[in-house]
Amino acid sequence: MKKQFGKKTIAVTMSVMCMVGLLTGCGNNASSTGSDGSDDANLTGSITAAGSSALKPLVDDAVDAFNEKYPDVNITVDAGGSGEGLKQVSEGTVDIGNSDVEASEKLDAAKAAELVDHRVCVVTMAPIVNKDVTESGVTNLTKQQLIDIFTGKITNWKEVGGADENIVLITRPESSGTRATFKKYALDGADEASNKSMETDDSGVLLQNVKSTKGAIGYVALSYLVDETGVDTISIDGVEPTLENTYSGKYPVWTYEHMYTKGTPDEVTQEFLDYIMSDEYGEKMETLGYGVSSKMQVKEH
Amino acid sequence: MNSKKGMFAKEYLWRTIVTICGLFVIVITLVIGAFLVYKGSGTFLKFNHTIGEFLFSADWAPVDNMEGGGSVGTLIFIVGSLSTCGLGLLIATPFALGSAIFMTEISPKFGEKFYRPVIQIFAGIPSVVYGWVGLTVLVPAIRNIFDRQVGHSILAAGLVLAIMIFPTITSVSADAIRSVPREYRMGAYGMGSTRWQTIYKIVLPASASGIFSAIILGLARAFGEALAVAMVIGQTTALPTSIFSTTKSLTTEITAQMGNAMEGGETKTALWTLALLLFLISLLFIFLIHFLSRKKPETSGRAAKKSIRAKMEAANEQN
Repeated sequence: MKKQFGKKTIAVTMSVMCMVGLLTGCGNNASSTGSDGSDDANLTGSITAAGSSALKPLVDDAVDAFNEKYPDVNITVDAGGSGEGLKQVSEGTVDIGNSDVEASEKLDAAKAAELVDHRVCVVTMAPIVNKDVTESGVTNLTKQQLIDIFTGKITNWKEVGGADENIVLITRPESSGTRATFKKYALDGADEASNKSMETDDSGVLLQNVKSTKGAIGYVALSYLVDETGVDTISIDGVEPTLENTYSGKYPVWTYEHMYTKGTPDEVTQEFLDYIMSDEYGEKMETLGYGVSSKMQVKEH
Repeated sequence: MNSKKGMFAKEYLWRTIVTICGLFVIVITLVIGAFLVYKGSGTFLKFNHTIGEFLFSADWAPVDNMEGGGSVGTLIFIVGSLSTCGLGLLIATPFALGSAIFMTEISPKFGEKFYRPVIQIFAGIPSVVYGWVGLTVLVPAIRNIFDRQVGHSILAAGLVLAIMIFPTITSVSADAIRSVPREYRMGAYGMGSTRWQTIYKIVLPASASGIFSAIILGLARAFGEALAVAMVIGQTTALPTSIFSTTKSLTTEITAQMGNAMEGGETKTALWTLALLLFLISLLFIFLIHFLSRKKPETSGRAAKKSIRAKMEAANEQN
């Protein structure tokens, strides 16, 4: 009995030692990677960012590219939604708050005034439909038709020149930034018919559902459409949803993606923001389906 | 080291550690409950909605800012959860009971060696897999078989849930049936009963409370399931009108909105209240299970058997 107990004590002690070993091992790793990079760049520090999940893929990609140049800068990017990003940057919890919407829409005026807006890129939202809709002849909708479809007034494709087939609305949840942008600029602020539409948690799933549902219409950011996806985009008032048409101001459904800092950013954060808005990264940005802010010929809607 | 003093020191040391572990679990449960009450009560206290509106209104339009002013009726989600889980239960229970009887009464050897491990593997499959299979197989199947434009539906969610809770109900009710004392069956056979009569008139009634517990456990799992349901239910904010309707459930609404809503805002607070409601529902299920397994005297056989087994094991340990 006593012997067994002794063995167990040894086992416990050993496992504790293993864990301690693991922890110190981790510590060593971290410090060694740090010293490896210090010879090719002198910028060091850390940046934390949180907010918009629509912007996160781009920021993640920019972080990877930025870290190739400056390996000593440690950048953490969290999602959490635009509102959460704005709230945290306003409270000083993070250095950068990513947002799909202007700070004044989520925060009160005094708090919003403290924040500095960096318009890092342009996101264009496109209405997308199942291929059978474009095959039946609908490739363009007027804005009024689009509004009537999303508010549930038009429920059959034959009313807009297509086949006799019910329209299936596939949308995003109320709190989604994509939905907010689409509502504001494509639907002129009209409320979507929530009780007639299927909501999907993210744009990837939405794309999948539009692809597999006959008669379906939805909307996604162009960044989801850079690869062949099996859905077709619809022109609004004869204008195709492309980055070129967004730059020239012909296509209306776009928004700036914002990266807010509280006051003037510190050196490292400024360097990162400069990098993400640079021409060098801009080319990469366009291949990912995001628009470069500096190319916009119309600055406001 | 080998002195009596050392033994006592260890005795107290380990007893303290184990007691702390035990208390810790209780504290965590209480803290989670308290946290949900704290977060969830904001809907009623800060945004001034009534409990009546929250439970019985189908008008769900909370505003994602600190001022509030939207509406937070969650009837749609409650009905959505009840109908999908109810449908799942209706489909799964007959199959689960049948297979529990099969693996304990009809073919116990095969049941123990083969069927039981299969059910256990079944129970271990993560819900996202069920959801994904449901989305790629079930949804198109419903679309084709019933000739509908959209395959997402309460029916799809009910079927996915039925498959998910089937192993839970099966294994728990098989345990309940197995714990019916052998003498009961011998007595029934002695009176000239057939096997079916024995199962139907003796074994099932004797294990009824255990079987109800199994069903409620299955229901609890179905209620808490979010991911698989979210993938096939179609997520429409409207009360369902048939089993082909798309709607939302309590859990799917939380997962859909929590990522984008702002902490402290009306939407997020309403979601916390939904979480609190789920917590209360699962508490209710647990009370029901305790109530059922205490009520019937038949379970005393099971309890006695358990205590005997425990004593024997204790004796073996000492040897």
